[in-house]
Amino acid sequence: MEAILSVRNLNFYYGDNRALKDINMDIYKNNVTAFIGPSGCGKSTFLRTLNRMNDFIENVKVEGSIIYEGKDIYSKEMEPVELRRRIGMVFQKPNPFPKTIYENIVYGLRKNGVNKKEILDEVVEKTLKAVALYDEVKDKIYKSALELSGGQQQRLCIARAIAMQPDVVLMDEPTSALDPISTMKIEELVLELKKDYTIIIVTHSMQQAARISDYTAFFLNGEVIEYDETSKIFSNPRDKRTEDYITGRFG
Amino acid sequence: MNSEELRRLKRRKMLNSIMHVIFLACTLFGVVVLAILMLDILRKGIPWLSLDFLKNFPSRFPRKSGIYPALLGSLWVILLTALIAFPVGVGTAIYLEEYAEDNKFTEFIKLNIANLAGVPSIIYGMLGLAVFVRLFSMGRTILAAAFTMAILILPIIIISSQEAIKSVPSSLKQASYALGTTKWQTVTGVILPYALPGILTGSILAVSRALGEAAPLIVVGALAYVSFIPKGPLDQFTVLPIQIFNWAGMPKKEFQDIAAAGIIVLLVILLGVNSVAIILRNKYQIRMKD
Repeated sequence: MEAILSVRNLNFYYGDNRALKDINMDIYKNNVTAFIGPSGCGKSTFLRTLNRMNDFIENVKVEGSIIYEGKDIYSKEMEPVELRRRIGMVFQKPNPFPKTIYENIVYGLRKNGVNKKEILDEVVEKTLKAVALYDEVKDKIYKSALELSGGQQQRLCIARAIAMQPDVVLMDEPTSALDPISTMKIEELVLELKKDYTIIIVTHSMQQAARISDYTAFFLNGEVIEYDETSKIFSNPRDKRTEDYITGRFG
Repeated sequence: MNSEELRRLKRRKMLNSIMHVIFLACTLFGVVVLAILMLDILRKGIPWLSLDFLKNFPSRFPRKSGIYPALLGSLWVILLTALIAFPVGVGTAIYLEEYAEDNKFTEFIKLNIANLAGVPSIIYGMLGLAVFVRLFSMGRTILAAAFTMAILILPIIIISSQEAIKSVPSSLKQASYALGTTKWQTVTGVILPYALPGILTGSILAVSRALGEAAPLIVVGALAYVSFIPKGPLDQFTVLPIQIFNWAGMPKKEFQDIAAAGIIVLLVILLGVNSVAIILRNKYQIRMKD
């Protein structure tokens, strides 16, 4: 199996507080990898080290390396702006721009210098179809994205991320602000998207991890306790703490 | 409820009613004084208002007196002031909120900008005289006045722009950065469109403050009597508040009423400018609501 991201001895500090401890992990291409664990275990922090979104927080420090396409993403050879174009992100709360649906999707492309109308039109149609939103919004793509429902907004945010043709899509608890029906649609979408993208998803819900992921990592206090195929993690965990967490004894 | 409790309740309710009346009186005090002032000005000024009053030069004959050079002077000064102060102020705010690191130096600058907003305007007049009129040899011109006024309102523009930029949800900024944009692209793509109504409102209110200022311009050297129309930034000038001040100091009684007419013109311009700010705010608030 081909690893698209290789994390080696990663440590992360907020000031003096060591939030991630010696993380080693290979993320496999065209798979869905889920990060689970109780609040404050470092799973979101880890997700954000993968596209350097933690750069915007002051007073943090990263040690170790994350290899992507043969380069350490924290080395000087890697431009964070370019990295984020290749490793996209979907956030916890749907955060569409206060612009039209169309402009939301083409925002990243425009900022990367793509301005041809035919190309943009095509991308909008293609990505809206890819996130199964096309039929619902095709008559109002020039209306404000804020008029959509929460679930539709989140699918639009996914469309906005994949419009950039990234290799990896990071999802930070993408369904935690959504109702069950919208959640189900996003989950179906994730399974569809893994054909073309590598997906890493942080989730509070173990059921969600079990339903949609191929690999699962269990985080606790900044450490990866166990990382394996999802079926093994849920049927036959090696570590007592993993077992306690997935059987609901804590967390 | 026994009689003691009843008595206490009555006293508490009584105190409440008294406070109600006192607070109402406080509110009315301001409103009534303002109303009397306005009525007085309108009563005196309206008979003198005419197209000729707007088109004439000041004169020693009350009948022929007009406000034309001061009106044009004010418009020139305010236009140039806005052109100078707006980009510099918004640029400073963007730097402080988005680019500058959160360190002692940035902290020091922010604190001092807040302090500068409280400095009396006459001090800015002295500064303008020393720096722009003398040091930069601009002379007693519209340009020197505009620079002085720009410095005066700069802290207000910076602070209101900072507030507007701070109000941009960080989730939107993150969404932009996560799409591989630079800081500048995020500023133009997300931050400014979202913050612009707030920035414009604050800036327009700052400009309208400059419109009413007389003190710093007296120091910088606005003329008391102008018999020509300013044609460019390097001309000498006077402005509405100074013209009004001059008329108010003249011995002939009619000039007091002409001053009132001048005040009405100034007030109409101020209200116009302020209502533009309000319209802008309301228009964009609806669009940005989520």
